[in-house]
Amino acid sequence: MSSVRVLVGTRKGAFLLTADGKRARWEVSGPHFGGWEIYHLKGSPADPNRLYASQSSGWFGQVVQRSSDGGKTWETVGNKFEYDGVTGTHQWYDGTPHPWEFKRAWHLEPSLDDPDTVYAGIEDAALFRSSDGGQTWQELPGLREHTSGPKWQPGAGGLCLHTILLDRANPGRMFVAISAAGAFRSDDGGNSWRPINKGLRSAQIPDQDAEVGHCVHRIAMHPSRPEVLFMQKHWDVMRSDNGGESWREVSGNLPTDFGFPIDVHAHEPETIYVVPIKSDSEHYPPDGKLRVYRSRTGGDQWEALSRGLPQSDCYVNVLRDAMAVDSLDSCGVYFGTTGGQVYASPDAGETWAPIVRDLPPVLSVEVQTLS
Amino acid sequence: MIRVILPQHLRILAQVDGEVAVRVAEPATQRKVLDALEASYPVLRGTIRDQATQRRRSFVRFFACEQDLSHETPDTPLPEAVVKGDEPFLVVGAMAGG
Repeated sequence: MSSVRVLVGTRKGAFLLTADGKRARWEVSGPHFGGWEIYHLKGSPADPNRLYASQSSGWFGQVVQRSSDGGKTWETVGNKFEYDGVTGTHQWYDGTPHPWEFKRAWHLEPSLDDPDTVYAGIEDAALFRSSDGGQTWQELPGLREHTSGPKWQPGAGGLCLHTILLDRANPGRMFVAISAAGAFRSDDGGNSWRPINKGLRSAQIPDQDAEVGHCVHRIAMHPSRPEVLFMQKHWDVMRSDNGGESWREVSGNLPTDFGFPIDVHAHEPETIYVVPIKSDSEHYPPDGKLRVYRSRTGGDQWEALSRGLPQSDCYVNVLRDAMAVDSLDSCGVYFGTTGGQVYASPDAGETWAPIVRDLPPVLSVEVQTLS
Repeated sequence: MIRVILPQHLRILAQVDGEVAVRVAEPATQRKVLDALEASYPVLRGTIRDQATQRRRSFVRFFACEQDLSHETPDTPLPEAVVKGDEPFLVVGAMAGG
Protein backbone atom coordinates (compact mmCIF):
# COMPACT_ATOMS: atom_id res chain seq x y z
CA MET A 1 0.00 0.00 0.00
CA SER A 2 1.18 3.49 -0.72
CA SER A 3 2.22 5.82 2.03
CA VAL A 4 3.32 9.41 2.39
CA ARG A 5 6.13 11.08 4.26
CA VAL A 6 5.80 14.79 4.95
CA LEU A 7 9.10 16.57 5.55
CA VAL A 8 8.65 19.64 7.71
CA GLY A 9 11.34 22.25 8.30
CA THR A 10 10.80 24.57 11.26
CA ARG A 11 12.57 27.36 13.11
CA LYS A 12 13.80 24.85 15.69
CA GLY A 13 14.23 21.53 13.96
CA ALA A 14 12.89 19.09 11.38
CA PHE A 15 9.92 16.77 11.73
CA LEU A 16 8.94 13.78 9.63
CA LEU A 17 5.24 12.95 9.50
CA THR A 18 4.21 9.60 8.03
CA ALA A 19 0.90 7.96 7.21
CA ASP A 20 -0.50 5.26 5.00
CA GLY A 21 -2.40 6.12 1.84
CA LYS A 22 -5.56 6.96 3.74
CA ARG A 23 -3.67 9.83 5.34
CA ALA A 24 -5.84 9.71 8.44
CA ARG A 25 -3.45 8.51 11.17
CA TRP A 26 -0.04 10.09 11.41
CA GLU A 27 3.18 9.31 13.18
CA VAL A 28 5.44 12.18 14.10
CA SER A 29 9.22 11.86 14.26
CA GLY A 30 11.34 14.69 15.60
CA PRO A 31 12.63 17.13 16.35
CA HIS A 32 15.65 16.27 14.27
CA PHE A 33 18.48 18.80 14.64
CA GLY A 34 16.59 20.41 17.52
CA GLY A 35 17.37 24.05 18.05
CA TRP A 36 18.49 24.67 14.46
CA GLU A 37 16.56 26.38 11.71
CA ILE A 38 15.66 23.88 9.03
CA TYR A 39 14.87 26.07 6.07
CA HIS A 40 14.19 23.13 3.79
CA LEU A 41 14.47 19.40 3.44
CA LYS A 42 13.60 17.35 0.41
CA GLY A 43 13.83 13.81 -0.91
CA SER A 44 15.38 12.66 -4.14
CA PRO A 45 12.85 11.71 -6.85
CA ALA A 46 15.34 9.05 -7.95
CA ASP A 47 15.76 7.47 -4.51
CA PRO A 48 13.15 8.34 -1.90
CA ASN A 49 15.42 7.20 0.91
CA ARG A 50 17.89 9.94 0.02
CA LEU A 51 16.97 13.15 1.83
CA TYR A 52 18.81 16.44 2.09
CA ALA A 53 18.30 19.00 4.83
CA SER A 54 19.50 22.57 5.15
CA GLN A 55 20.34 23.20 8.80
CA SER A 56 21.36 26.66 9.91
CA SER A 57 21.69 28.76 12.99
CA GLY A 58 22.24 32.36 13.89
CA TRP A 59 25.06 31.18 16.10
CA PHE A 60 26.78 28.50 14.10
CA GLY A 61 25.99 29.10 10.45
CA GLN A 62 25.20 26.56 7.77
CA VAL A 63 25.27 22.77 7.96
CA VAL A 64 23.94 20.33 5.38
CA GLN A 65 22.60 16.93 6.40
CA ARG A 66 22.00 13.89 4.24
CA SER A 67 20.04 10.73 4.95
CA SER A 68 20.21 7.51 2.98
CA ASP A 69 17.49 5.69 4.90
CA GLY A 70 14.50 7.97 4.65
CA GLY A 71 15.40 10.10 7.64
CA LYS A 72 16.11 7.41 10.23
CA THR A 73 19.77 8.43 10.39
CA TRP A 74 21.63 11.44 9.08
CA GLU A 75 25.19 12.34 8.21
CA THR A 76 26.71 15.76 7.98
CA VAL A 77 28.02 16.62 4.52
CA GLY A 78 29.73 19.67 3.04
CA ASN A 79 28.85 23.18 4.10
CA LYS A 80 31.41 25.15 2.11
CA PHE A 81 29.53 27.41 -0.26
CA GLU A 82 32.21 29.53 -1.84
CA TYR A 83 31.18 31.96 -4.54
CA ASP A 84 33.06 31.44 -7.76
CA GLY A 85 35.66 34.08 -8.59
CA VAL A 86 35.54 37.71 -7.60
CA THR A 87 32.13 38.67 -6.29
CA GLY A 88 30.78 42.07 -7.05
CA THR A 89 27.97 43.84 -5.33
CA HIS A 90 24.21 43.81 -5.30
CA GLN A 91 21.96 46.53 -3.95
CA TRP A 92 21.45 46.81 -0.23
CA TYR A 93 18.07 47.79 1.24
CA ASP A 94 19.00 51.45 1.03
CA GLY A 95 20.08 51.19 -2.58
CA THR A 96 23.80 51.27 -1.90
CA PRO A 97 26.14 48.60 -3.31
CA HIS A 98 26.67 45.66 -0.96
CA PRO A 99 29.10 42.77 -1.41
CA TRP A 100 27.75 39.28 -1.93
CA GLU A 101 27.95 37.33 1.35
CA PHE A 102 26.90 33.77 1.99
CA LYS A 103 24.22 33.53 4.69
CA ARG A 104 22.30 30.26 4.35
CA ALA A 105 20.82 27.70 2.00
CA TRP A 106 17.12 28.34 1.58
CA HIS A 107 16.22 25.47 -0.72
CA LEU A 108 17.72 22.13 -1.71
CA GLU A 109 16.44 20.62 -4.94
CA PRO A 110 17.60 17.08 -5.65
CA SER A 111 18.14 16.13 -9.27
CA LEU A 112 15.31 14.29 -10.99
CA ASP A 113 17.44 11.28 -11.89
CA ASP A 114 20.59 11.17 -9.75
CA PRO A 115 20.36 10.94 -5.95
CA ASP A 116 23.87 12.34 -5.56
CA THR A 117 23.17 15.50 -7.52
CA VAL A 118 21.44 18.29 -5.69
CA TYR A 119 21.05 22.03 -6.24
CA ALA A 120 21.10 24.62 -3.49
CA GLY A 121 19.46 28.01 -3.56
CA ILE A 122 21.50 30.41 -1.49
CA GLU A 123 21.25 33.75 0.30
CA ASP A 124 22.86 36.03 -0.95
CA ALA A 125 21.31 34.82 -4.15
CA ALA A 126 23.25 32.19 -6.02
CA LEU A 127 22.78 28.67 -7.29
CA PHE A 128 25.11 25.87 -6.23
CA ARG A 129 25.28 22.24 -7.29
CA SER A 130 26.74 19.16 -5.69
CA SER A 131 27.29 15.99 -7.68
CA ASP A 132 28.74 13.96 -4.80
CA GLY A 133 25.80 13.77 -2.47
CA GLY A 134 26.42 17.14 -0.87
CA GLN A 135 30.05 16.60 0.09
CA THR A 136 31.26 19.46 -2.10
CA TRP A 137 29.41 22.37 -3.67
CA GLN A 138 30.22 24.35 -6.78
CA GLU A 139 28.52 27.57 -7.78
CA LEU A 140 26.85 27.89 -11.18
CA PRO A 141 28.09 31.47 -11.42
CA GLY A 142 26.32 32.42 -14.65
CA LEU A 143 23.26 33.35 -12.63
CA ARG A 144 24.89 35.64 -10.07
CA GLU A 145 27.12 37.10 -12.77
CA HIS A 146 24.18 38.07 -14.95
CA THR A 147 24.56 41.69 -15.98
CA SER A 148 21.53 42.60 -13.89
CA GLY A 149 23.14 41.23 -10.69
CA PRO A 150 24.29 44.61 -9.36
CA LYS A 151 20.63 45.75 -9.46
CA TRP A 152 19.27 42.86 -7.39
CA GLN A 153 18.03 43.88 -3.98
CA PRO A 154 16.98 41.84 -0.97
CA GLY A 155 13.36 41.30 -0.06
CA ALA A 156 12.38 41.51 3.59
CA GLY A 157 13.71 38.00 4.13
CA GLY A 158 17.04 38.68 2.45
CA LEU A 159 18.37 38.29 -1.09
CA CYS A 160 17.38 34.66 -1.31
CA LEU A 161 17.19 32.16 -4.12
CA HIS A 162 14.19 30.19 -2.87
CA THR A 163 12.74 28.33 -5.85
CA ILE A 164 14.41 25.83 -8.17
CA LEU A 165 12.33 24.05 -10.80
CA LEU A 166 13.81 21.27 -12.93
CA ASP A 167 12.16 20.33 -16.21
CA ARG A 168 12.11 16.61 -16.90
CA ALA A 169 11.02 17.12 -20.49
CA ASN A 170 13.90 19.50 -21.22
CA PRO A 171 16.87 18.34 -19.15
CA GLY A 172 18.87 21.50 -19.72
CA ARG A 173 16.07 23.79 -18.62
CA MET A 174 15.84 25.15 -15.11
CA PHE A 175 13.90 27.94 -13.51
CA VAL A 176 14.83 29.80 -10.36
CA ALA A 177 13.26 32.67 -8.46
CA ILE A 178 14.96 35.25 -6.29
CA SER A 179 13.51 37.78 -3.86
CA ALA A 180 13.67 40.52 -4.93
CA ALA A 181 15.17 40.06 -8.36
CA GLY A 182 12.57 37.93 -10.11
CA ALA A 183 12.44 34.73 -12.13
CA PHE A 184 15.25 33.43 -14.32
CA ARG A 185 15.57 30.60 -16.83
CA SER A 186 18.47 28.56 -18.04
CA ASP A 187 18.35 26.35 -21.13
CA ASP A 188 21.86 24.97 -20.79
CA GLY A 189 21.86 23.20 -17.46
CA GLY A 190 22.47 26.30 -15.39
CA ASN A 191 25.47 27.78 -17.17
CA SER A 192 23.75 30.84 -18.54
CA TRP A 193 20.62 32.58 -17.42
CA ARG A 194 18.21 35.27 -18.45
CA PRO A 195 15.49 37.09 -16.56
CA ILE A 196 11.93 36.02 -17.45
CA ASN A 197 9.85 38.76 -15.90
CA LYS A 198 7.98 40.25 -18.85
CA GLY A 199 4.45 41.05 -17.81
CA LEU A 200 5.21 41.48 -14.11
CA ARG A 201 4.35 44.82 -12.58
CA SER A 202 5.49 45.80 -9.11
CA ALA A 203 4.46 49.08 -7.56
CA GLN A 204 7.32 48.87 -5.06
CA ILE A 205 10.04 49.56 -7.65
CA PRO A 206 10.59 52.77 -9.58
CA ASP A 207 10.23 51.17 -13.01
CA GLN A 208 7.22 48.98 -12.40
CA ASP A 209 7.83 46.63 -15.32
CA ALA A 210 11.60 46.52 -15.03
CA GLU A 211 13.57 43.53 -16.28
CA VAL A 212 14.57 42.65 -12.68
CA GLY A 213 13.65 43.79 -9.20
CA HIS A 214 10.37 41.94 -8.73
CA CYS A 215 9.75 40.14 -5.47
CA VAL A 216 8.71 36.75 -6.76
CA HIS A 217 7.62 34.64 -3.81
CA ARG A 218 7.24 31.28 -5.49
CA ILE A 219 6.83 29.64 -8.86
CA ALA A 220 5.30 26.23 -9.57
CA MET A 221 5.05 23.92 -12.55
CA HIS A 222 3.25 20.68 -13.36
CA PRO A 223 5.76 18.17 -14.76
CA SER A 224 3.46 17.25 -17.65
CA ARG A 225 3.14 20.89 -18.77
CA PRO A 226 6.55 22.45 -18.28
CA GLU A 227 5.74 25.43 -20.49
CA VAL A 228 3.07 26.52 -18.03
CA LEU A 229 4.31 28.27 -14.92
CA PHE A 230 2.36 29.73 -12.04
CA MET A 231 3.73 32.47 -9.81
CA GLN A 232 2.81 33.97 -6.49
CA LYS A 233 4.42 37.37 -6.53
CA HIS A 234 4.66 39.79 -3.58
CA TRP A 235 1.34 40.99 -4.89
CA ASP A 236 -0.36 39.29 -7.88
CA VAL A 237 -0.79 35.70 -8.92
CA MET A 238 0.64 35.25 -12.41
CA ARG A 239 0.69 32.65 -15.14
CA SER A 240 2.97 31.98 -18.11
CA ASP A 241 2.13 29.66 -20.99
CA ASN A 242 5.46 29.94 -22.72
CA GLY A 243 8.12 28.92 -20.25
CA GLY A 244 8.26 32.34 -18.65
CA GLU A 245 8.68 34.39 -21.85
CA SER A 246 5.68 36.42 -20.74
CA TRP A 247 3.28 36.47 -17.82
CA ARG A 248 -0.32 37.52 -17.28
CA GLU A 249 -2.14 38.15 -14.07
CA VAL A 250 -4.65 35.49 -12.96
CA SER A 251 -5.53 36.85 -9.52
CA GLY A 252 -9.19 37.02 -10.58
CA ASN A 253 -11.59 36.94 -7.65
CA LEU A 254 -9.05 36.25 -4.90
CA PRO A 255 -9.81 38.27 -1.76
CA THR A 256 -6.20 39.47 -1.82
CA ASP A 257 -3.50 38.49 -4.24
CA PHE A 258 -0.66 38.82 -1.75
CA GLY A 259 0.73 35.52 -0.50
CA PHE A 260 3.70 33.24 -0.48
CA PRO A 261 3.19 29.64 -1.66
CA ILE A 262 1.61 28.36 -4.85
CA ASP A 263 1.33 24.77 -5.96
CA VAL A 264 -0.23 22.59 -8.66
CA HIS A 265 -2.48 19.54 -8.23
CA ALA A 266 -0.55 16.34 -8.95
CA HIS A 267 -2.98 15.09 -11.61
CA GLU A 268 -4.76 18.20 -12.85
CA PRO A 269 -2.30 20.67 -14.37
CA GLU A 270 -4.88 23.47 -14.39
CA THR A 271 -5.75 23.09 -10.70
CA ILE A 272 -3.67 25.36 -8.52
CA TYR A 273 -3.59 26.41 -4.89
CA VAL A 274 -2.66 29.61 -3.07
CA VAL A 275 -3.12 30.94 0.45
CA PRO A 276 -4.17 34.60 0.29
CA ILE A 277 -2.55 36.79 2.92
CA LYS A 278 -3.96 40.20 3.79
CA SER A 279 -1.07 42.43 2.79
CA ASP A 280 2.67 42.93 2.69
CA SER A 281 2.59 44.40 6.19
CA GLU A 282 -0.24 42.27 7.58
CA HIS A 283 1.10 38.76 7.17
CA TYR A 284 -2.05 36.89 8.16
CA PRO A 285 -5.21 35.71 6.43
CA PRO A 286 -7.97 38.23 5.72
CA ASP A 287 -10.70 38.40 8.37
CA GLY A 288 -8.87 35.95 10.63
CA LYS A 289 -10.05 33.07 8.38
CA LEU A 290 -7.47 30.61 7.13
CA ARG A 291 -8.52 29.65 3.62
CA VAL A 292 -6.75 27.95 0.79
CA TYR A 293 -7.98 29.11 -2.58
CA ARG A 294 -8.17 26.70 -5.46
CA SER A 295 -8.55 27.45 -9.13
CA ARG A 296 -9.52 24.64 -11.50
CA THR A 297 -9.11 26.90 -14.49
CA GLY A 298 -5.44 27.69 -14.13
CA GLY A 299 -6.24 30.97 -12.44
CA ASP A 300 -8.78 33.81 -12.73
CA GLN A 301 -11.64 31.87 -11.09
CA TRP A 302 -10.96 30.85 -7.51
CA GLU A 303 -12.92 29.08 -4.79
CA ALA A 304 -12.28 29.21 -1.05
CA LEU A 305 -11.48 25.95 0.70
CA SER A 306 -12.12 26.22 4.40
CA ARG A 307 -13.62 22.97 5.75
CA GLY A 308 -11.53 22.00 8.73
CA LEU A 309 -9.46 25.18 8.76
CA PRO A 310 -9.87 27.81 11.50
CA GLN A 311 -12.44 30.38 10.46
CA SER A 312 -12.06 32.87 13.25
CA ASP A 313 -9.22 34.59 15.06
CA CYS A 314 -6.53 32.96 12.92
CA TYR A 315 -3.53 35.19 12.30
CA VAL A 316 -0.80 32.86 11.10
CA ASN A 317 1.22 33.09 7.89
CA VAL A 318 2.10 30.38 5.38
CA LEU A 319 5.61 30.79 4.06
CA ARG A 320 6.71 30.30 0.46
CA ASP A 321 8.17 26.80 0.76
CA ALA A 322 5.51 25.54 3.14
CA MET A 323 3.02 23.95 0.72
CA ALA A 324 3.27 20.69 -1.17
CA VAL A 325 1.15 18.01 -2.84
CA ASP A 326 1.40 14.24 -2.89
CA SER A 327 0.68 12.15 -5.96
CA LEU A 328 -1.84 9.73 -4.53
CA ASP A 329 -5.30 9.48 -6.01
CA SER A 330 -6.86 11.69 -4.80
CA CYS A 331 -4.18 14.29 -4.55
CA GLY A 332 -3.19 15.29 -1.02
CA VAL A 333 -2.41 18.92 -0.28
CA TYR A 334 -0.33 20.02 2.71
CA PHE A 335 0.76 23.28 4.22
CA GLY A 336 2.42 24.51 7.38
CA THR A 337 1.93 27.75 9.27
CA THR A 338 4.01 30.11 11.31
CA GLY A 339 1.83 29.03 14.22
CA GLY A 340 3.26 25.52 14.02
CA GLN A 341 0.31 23.72 12.48
CA VAL A 342 0.65 21.39 9.53
CA TYR A 343 -2.66 20.86 7.75
CA ALA A 344 -3.40 18.03 5.35
CA SER A 345 -6.18 17.53 2.90
CA PRO A 346 -6.48 13.99 1.50
CA ASP A 347 -9.11 15.07 -1.02
CA ALA A 348 -7.50 17.81 -3.08
CA GLY A 349 -8.50 20.56 -0.69
CA GLU A 350 -12.16 19.73 0.02
CA THR A 351 -11.50 18.97 3.69
CA TRP A 352 -8.60 19.72 5.97
CA ALA A 353 -7.33 18.51 9.31
CA PRO A 354 -4.20 19.32 11.27
CA ILE A 355 -1.57 16.59 11.40
CA VAL A 356 0.20 18.48 14.16
CA ARG A 357 -0.78 21.70 15.90
CA ASP A 358 2.10 22.88 17.99
CA LEU A 359 5.39 22.71 16.14
CA PRO A 360 7.79 25.65 16.01
CA PRO A 361 7.03 28.07 13.16
CA VAL A 362 6.98 26.05 9.93
CA LEU A 363 9.44 27.14 7.24
CA SER A 364 8.96 24.40 4.67
CA VAL A 365 6.80 21.41 3.81
CA GLU A 366 7.62 18.74 1.25
CA VAL A 367 5.86 15.46 0.60
CA GLN A 368 7.11 12.13 -0.63
CA THR A 369 4.67 9.61 -2.04
CA LEU A 370 6.06 6.17 -1.26
CA SER A 371 4.98 2.86 -2.73
CA MET B 1 46.90 19.62 25.72
CA ILE B 2 44.45 22.47 25.52
CA ARG B 3 41.01 21.71 26.86
CA VAL B 4 38.14 23.04 24.77
CA ILE B 5 34.53 23.19 25.85
CA LEU B 6 32.10 23.40 22.98
CA PRO B 7 28.48 24.55 23.19
CA GLN B 8 25.84 21.84 23.18
CA HIS B 9 24.86 22.17 19.52
CA LEU B 10 28.45 21.80 18.37
CA ARG B 11 29.05 18.84 20.70
CA ILE B 12 26.08 17.14 19.06
CA LEU B 13 27.37 18.01 15.61
CA ALA B 14 30.87 16.74 16.42
CA GLN B 15 29.43 13.74 18.26
CA VAL B 16 31.46 14.36 21.40
CA ASP B 17 30.59 14.37 25.07
CA GLY B 18 32.13 16.83 27.49
CA GLU B 19 35.45 18.51 26.82
CA VAL B 20 37.70 17.87 23.87
CA ALA B 21 41.46 18.34 23.91
CA VAL B 22 43.78 19.53 21.16
CA ARG B 23 47.56 19.73 20.98
CA VAL B 24 49.09 22.80 19.35
CA ALA B 25 52.62 24.12 18.93
CA GLU B 26 53.74 26.95 21.16
CA PRO B 27 52.90 29.71 21.37
CA ALA B 28 49.31 28.54 21.57
CA THR B 29 46.82 30.92 19.97
CA GLN B 30 43.12 31.02 19.12
CA ARG B 31 43.95 30.34 15.50
CA LYS B 32 46.02 27.26 16.30
CA VAL B 33 43.40 25.90 18.65
CA LEU B 34 40.62 26.39 16.12
CA ASP B 35 42.75 24.96 13.32
CA ALA B 36 43.45 21.88 15.42
CA LEU B 37 39.81 21.60 16.45
CA GLU B 38 38.63 21.75 12.85
CA ALA B 39 41.27 19.24 11.78
CA SER B 40 40.04 16.78 14.41
CA TYR B 41 36.37 17.53 13.79
CA PRO B 42 35.93 18.71 10.18
CA VAL B 43 32.19 19.02 10.70
CA LEU B 44 32.92 22.11 12.79
CA ARG B 45 34.37 23.99 9.82
CA GLY B 46 32.23 27.04 9.20
CA THR B 47 30.36 26.81 12.50
CA ILE B 48 32.78 28.81 14.65
CA ARG B 49 34.63 30.77 11.96
CA ASP B 50 33.40 31.88 8.58
CA GLN B 51 34.85 29.50 6.00
CA ALA B 52 35.81 32.23 3.58
CA THR B 53 37.13 34.94 5.90
CA GLN B 54 38.19 32.79 8.88
CA ARG B 55 36.64 35.45 11.10
CA ARG B 56 34.80 34.45 14.25
CA ARG B 57 31.09 34.21 13.61
CA SER B 58 29.29 37.16 15.13
CA PHE B 59 27.28 35.18 17.65
CA VAL B 60 30.15 33.02 18.87
CA ARG B 61 32.32 34.08 21.80
CA PHE B 62 35.61 32.78 23.19
CA PHE B 63 36.03 32.85 26.97
CA ALA B 64 38.81 31.64 29.25
CA CYS B 65 39.92 32.44 32.79
CA GLU B 66 36.79 34.55 33.25
CA GLN B 67 37.94 36.79 30.42
CA ASP B 68 36.30 37.48 27.04
CA LEU B 69 38.97 36.68 24.46
CA SER B 70 36.61 37.17 21.51
CA HIS B 71 38.13 40.46 20.48
CA GLU B 72 41.77 39.41 20.78
CA THR B 73 43.48 38.90 17.46
CA PRO B 74 43.56 35.25 16.37
CA ASP B 75 47.31 35.17 16.86
CA THR B 76 47.42 36.53 20.40
CA PRO B 77 48.94 33.94 22.75
CA LEU B 78 46.37 32.28 24.98
CA PRO B 79 46.58 32.67 28.80
CA GLU B 80 49.16 30.45 30.49
CA ALA B 81 46.47 28.62 32.47
CA VAL B 82 44.82 27.56 29.20
CA VAL B 83 48.13 26.49 27.69
CA LYS B 84 48.90 24.37 30.77
CA GLY B 85 45.44 22.82 30.72
CA ASP B 86 44.49 24.26 34.09
CA GLU B 87 41.64 26.22 32.54
CA PRO B 88 39.51 25.36 29.50
CA PHE B 89 39.04 27.44 26.36
CA LEU B 90 35.31 27.98 26.03
CA VAL B 91 33.46 28.35 22.74
CA VAL B 92 30.13 29.91 23.64
CA GLY B 93 26.99 30.77 21.71
CA ALA B 94 26.33 34.42 22.48
CA MET B 95 23.28 35.31 24.49
CA ALA B 96 21.91 37.34 21.59
CA GLY B 97 22.16 34.59 18.99
CA GLY B 98 19.66 32.05 17.74
